[in-house]
Parts: sequence; C-alpha cells; structure tokens
Amino acid sequence: MNKLSPQSSVLSPSTRIALIGGIYSNYQALVATLSDIAHRGADATYFLGDLGAFGPHPDRVPALLIERGIPGIQGNYEESLASGASDCNCGYTDPRDNVYAQLSYDYTSEHTSNAYKQWMGTLPKQLRLDVDRKRVLLSHGSPRRINEFLWRSTSPDPFLARLCDEHDADVIVCTHTGLHWHKALGDGCHVVNAGVIGRPANDGRTNVWYTMLTIANDDVAAEFIPIDYDHAALAREMREERLPEEFIETIETGWWTTCLEALPPKERARGRF
Amino acid sequence: MRALDTLWFQVAGTICNITCTHCFISCSPKNRSHEMLSLTDVETRLAEARLLGVRDYYFTGGEPFMNRDMLPILAATLRQGPATVLTNGMLLRKEVCAELRRLSDESEYSLDIRVSLDGFDRESHDAIRGAGVWDRVMIGFRNLADAGINPVITVTEAADGVGSNEGRARFLEIIRSFGFDKPRLKVLALFRIGAEETRTRAYESWERLTIDGMSEADADVLQCSTSRMVTSKGVYVCPILIEQSAAKMGETIAETLRPFPLAYGACHTCWVDGVSCRT
Ligand code: SF4
Ligand code: SF4
Ligand SMILES: [Fe+2]
Repeated sequence: MNKLSPQSSVLSPSTRIALIGGIYSNYQALVATLSDIAHRGADATYFLGDLGAFGPHPDRVPALLIERGIPGIQGNYEESLASGASDCNCGYTDPRDNVYAQLSYDYTSEHTSNAYKQWMGTLPKQLRLDVDRKRVLLSHGSPRRINEFLWRSTSPDPFLARLCDEHDADVIVCTHTGLHWHKALGDGCHVVNAGVIGRPANDGRTNVWYTMLTIANDDVAAEFIPIDYDHAALAREMREERLPEEFIETIETGWWTTCLEALPPKERARGRF
Repeated sequence: MRALDTLWFQVAGTICNITCTHCFISCSPKNRSHEMLSLTDVETRLAEARLLGVRDYYFTGGEPFMNRDMLPILAATLRQGPATVLTNGMLLRKEVCAELRRLSDESEYSLDIRVSLDGFDRESHDAIRGAGVWDRVMIGFRNLADAGINPVITVTEAADGVGSNEGRARFLEIIRSFGFDKPRLKVLALFRIGAEETRTRAYESWERLTIDGMSEADADVLQCSTSRMVTSKGVYVCPILIEQSAAKMGETIAETLRPFPLAYGACHTCWVDGVSCRT
C-alpha cells in the first residue's frame, strides 16, 4: 500500500516525509514546493487532497502530480468532482462563504477534464503508513470526515487523543482548514495539520506552507516550511481567468478575504478580516 | 449517537434575568426547575469529559452570567478545551468583558460568546424580550467591542427579513456600528435545519421527520447525535428536552452514551422550538 515499509527504518536513521496540503490550483506554488522538497531531500512525498479551488487552470496540478508520480489522497474537492456533485462540500455554513465556495467550485469543475475527474475518483480517501513502527494516518479533514475542520484552537488534546485511539494511529495528518499546526499529545501521539500551499496562511505574508514530517527513534517532528513562489504570476493568471478579485487579494496580500466564518474566534482574530 | 463531541452545561439552571415570550423552558428569575451549577460541579464533569475526549463545551441557561461562578467556570473549561457561552447580552459589564478577554488570551483554545437578538431594532427585539432589554444589550456590545471580543450575533430568520441578502447586509452594518470590524452574524432558520437550507426545504424535512425517513445528514444536525447536556439534576440527552424526565439518561456522562429511544418522536420540540438560547 505504501512505499515505506518498516525495513526502511533500518536503512536510514530517520524517515522524512514531505506533506503537501491543499493545492487549490496553485501550480506556481506546487512547482516551488516540489523543488524545495527535492533540494532538502525526503524519503517520500504525499499530497493530501483539494488539488483545485481558488486558482486558475485546474488541470495543471493533477498533470504535474501524475507526471512526477506523487501519491496522495482525495480531498472534498476530488470527492465532489469525481462524483459529479454540484458543490465542493467544503463544510461552510455561512451564506457568503458558500457563494465564494460555489464560484471556485463551478470554475474548477468546468475546467477540469473528465480524465482527471476519473483519476481523482481512484485516489484513496486515506493512506496508512508504517514508519519506524509509528502508525501514520493521512487524512484530508479528519480521519472521520473528509470535510471536518481541525483548527488548533478548537481541537483540544483529549479530543485528538480520542481520534488517534479510534483510528489506530500514532500520527494523524490532515489539512482542509488552511492553517498548519502540530500537537504532541501526552501519550506519544501526534496530530499535524500540514497547512496548504494553495493560499497564504492569513498572516499578511504571501508565502505558503508545506510540512516535513520526520520520524526517528520514536520521535516525531513536524517542520513547517515557508515557500515563496511567483504569486504575482498566479495573480495575473487569476485575473485573466476572471476569478473573483477577493481571491486575488488574498494571494497578493496574504490575508484571507473569504471563507472566514468557519474560523474559530482565536484564528479569526489574527487575520485582517 | 455518533460521538460525544459537545458537552452542554445548563450552567444557570432555568434562572434568567428576563422572561422572553418564546422561551420554551420558561426561564425566569424564579424558575428553580434546574439549579445553577457550581464550579465544583463543572470541574467534576470536565474530568469525566476529558476521559471521553470531548471536543467542545457550551454554556447556557437561563442566563449564564447570572451564575456568580461563571468566570472561574470558564477559566477551568478553557484549560481543557474551547468554550462557547450563549447569553442574552445584558450582564456584560466592563469588568466582565475585560476578564473574558484575559481568559481568552491565556487559553490556547477559543472562547466564543454568542448573543441572541430577536430583531434588529428596539421595537421588535423588546416585544419578545421585554422593555429596556435592547438598550442593555447595546451597552454589552460596546463593552465587548472595547475589550476586543468579537461575539457571534444570532438572529432568528423571522426577524424582519434578515434571511434575505439585503436584510443581512443591513444587519452587518448595524453590527459594525457597534464597533465590531469583523462582524459575525448567524441567522437561525425558524424551522431548524441545516443552516443554509431554505424554509420550504425545512418543511419537507419536517414531514420526513417521522422516524425512519431521516437521512444521515438530518440525523447529524440533531444535537442528540453528538452532544449531551449536564444540569443540576443529571445528564440529559440534549439541551432541548431538559424539562422531560424521560430525557434524563443518567448520572454520569459515560452511561448516557447510548442511543436515545425517544429521540425521533421528540424531534417536534427540537425542530420547532429548538431556536432561541440553544442554538
Ligand atoms: S430565551 Fe434565553 S434570555 Fe430569554 S428567558 Fe429564556 S433563557 Fe432567558
Ligand atoms: S429534541 Fe429529540 S431529536 Fe432533538 S436533539 Fe433532543 S433528543 Fe434529539
Ligand atoms: Fe478541503
């Protein structure tokens, strides 16, 4: 099922896994991320779903992932696109959030070729890795729901420990919210939200983030790596495609302008809007 | 029951400083049907909840800030997880707001304050909640804004067309005028269903709500599938049914983590009256 067998730990003192969260059709950021991963070196690279949304030309991301042979899992976007659903099932409840979510979904669906939609349907919804005797579970929203939001300020330790327990995992990896974090739970379990490379982390900076997970001798470390990329080029292409100016503003300023109501108070307070 | 994600506390019992006409558990200054919870009561429950992996904690009443222990209770809760308080907004004095801000800053978890309004002007609001309430709530808003706390303001859809886009926009402006630059508005459908569905759709669901026909999504929005309610009398199936003795499921939280046999028959209350201080 995966490339990492327990034996790989015999060969290398540590195992490094690069994790790419939501890509949101940000091809420029994906290229920059992959070259950073190549530069740093990783034993494996996985994507965590939501290849499309926000950005332009959604066919380019799957093309590149397939060309490079990078494995990964479905996000709510792939699940929706593959099944011909009429919306992204992002899990928003606010009407304004849903208006913008629908705009990106309709654009993405219209511009994704059928072959890629079918390929998305063949992706697993979760992946289990066995790394150095650590059971790593890759999921999109959470192990129990593809569109569950795991925010740091609303995911208390006892709850995360329950998820690890119920899903037989020592390390749970997720994305979907757009904000990265890592919690080491008291009992040796870890939950890592790998963040996203599709849009900035609502911090007023234009870079995006991916995650390098290092597992060695019972130790789990998550390094969040900022990636600068040609965001001006992305913004230009988004304008050419007439994508909403609000999305472009986020790419150019690093502040989220849409899908804000899903944010818990703590995360919301840190942003500009 | 799907999973115990949310634990509710009837922290002020059925004691409230006002008497809204639509309050389906008839809270009032004198209703002692459920008593206030003490800090110790809450701490005991938090210890149980920790073992069960609860995700978040909701506080309601009555009016939570009628409880003298409310701030220490929040402090204890925020050490363990995120907390949401449902309030009528009348007791948000300056010092209370400053303390809420301090508790929120000190915790790694989110503290959310939800203030319910029944309209976006004095007349419609006070017709339901009582004369003078609107003005007190406005002072509460100002104090929250001064303390840098950004509440969710919940309004029922019935109130003067807040369900429409123009209604929303108008109301968001009003919230901004209170001093909140990131207004958070939650419009509650009168018939409680998945938040963005329309009332027509709600009616269809309502009709389907006769036991077997429920879809999984419908069942998921019912509070009993992911939450339990702690009151001074024990642990209840949900925040809606605390006046039904059959809805008390046990003394400990753990023993209530089983399906609730009356659930679908009792949905009437849930869907029709579920709005107000419990959503
Ligand atoms: S609806 Fe809420 S504010 Fe009104 S009387 Fe009942 S508990 Fe009090
Ligand atoms: S009123 Fe009935 S259906 Fe609604 S949450 Fe309570 S038990 Fe469940
Ligand atoms: Fe997602």
